[in-house]
Amino acid sequence: MVKYFCSNADIRSAWDHVVAAFWQRYPNPFSTHVLTEDVVYREVTADHRLLSRRLLMKTNRLPRWAERIFPSGMSRCVYIIEDSIVDPVNRKLTTYTWNLNHTTLMSVEERCIFQDSAEQPASTQMRREAWISSNVYGVSRPIQEFGLARFKSNQVKAMKGLEYALSNIQGETPQRPLRDPVKAKGVAKSLASAASVPQKPPQYV
Amino acid sequence: MNSVGEACTDMKREYDQCFNRWFAEKFLKGDQGGDPCTESFTRYQRCVQTAIKEKDIPVDGVEFMGPNKDKPES
Repeated sequence: MVKYFCSNADIRSAWDHVVAAFWQRYPNPFSTHVLTEDVVYREVTADHRLLSRRLLMKTNRLPRWAERIFPSGMSRCVYIIEDSIVDPVNRKLTTYTWNLNHTTLMSVEERCIFQDSAEQPASTQMRREAWISSNVYGVSRPIQEFGLARFKSNQVKAMKGLEYALSNIQGETPQRPLRDPVKAKGVAKSLASAASVPQKPPQYV
Repeated sequence: MNSVGEACTDMKREYDQCFNRWFAEKFLKGDQGGDPCTESFTRYQRCVQTAIKEKDIPVDGVEFMGPNKDKPES
């Protein structure tokens, strides 16, 4: 079973700044779980689009009940691939991110699309979708719920990290929080299931 | 930010600096001119690809935007 999560947000910065900040968001105060970041492939296509692949290594923080189930020999680190396409002509950034290991435990795939906001000038609209699934028989539902909770928590951190990078680029003081910089509305649902989203997901971050 | 290859971090930072400048000042503005970062990129890649192999990170052969193919258009 796959849990699907979708949200839209408005970032109060121009698309050009958002895309530049996208490359500069690590490290930031909210990304202590991201240990390494590397560009492992890059190409400018004939139609002037930039294709990139980044490899990220993140810590894998599990709740104690999951640590008891999974062997302690299992790597504490998760390798993540982030592929992206910057189209400066159509002013669209598309990113696709997924984990390379620990996929039996949980697979998290995320697609983000950044474009000029249709409603607000000098703003950027971000659409984020995620597909979260677990293949572990017997415990997959709690793992998926945990995965969704961690994903949402990471989503908040990721937005804060992006805002931090934006404020650095734009020369504002990073400590001062931008007022209502991002308004996000999210929806989560189980695909092929009527299961409801948990009320208060525990925070394992 | 550190590289996955400990020895590659300096090369990574040098490349990142070059890239960020080129990206904002040339690429986004439609400048189709040459990429000034190829030398630093090559140096960096030689190091990081070695580290990836040494650590057995399964990046090889993974198709660009691979799993996105199964997903419906947004």
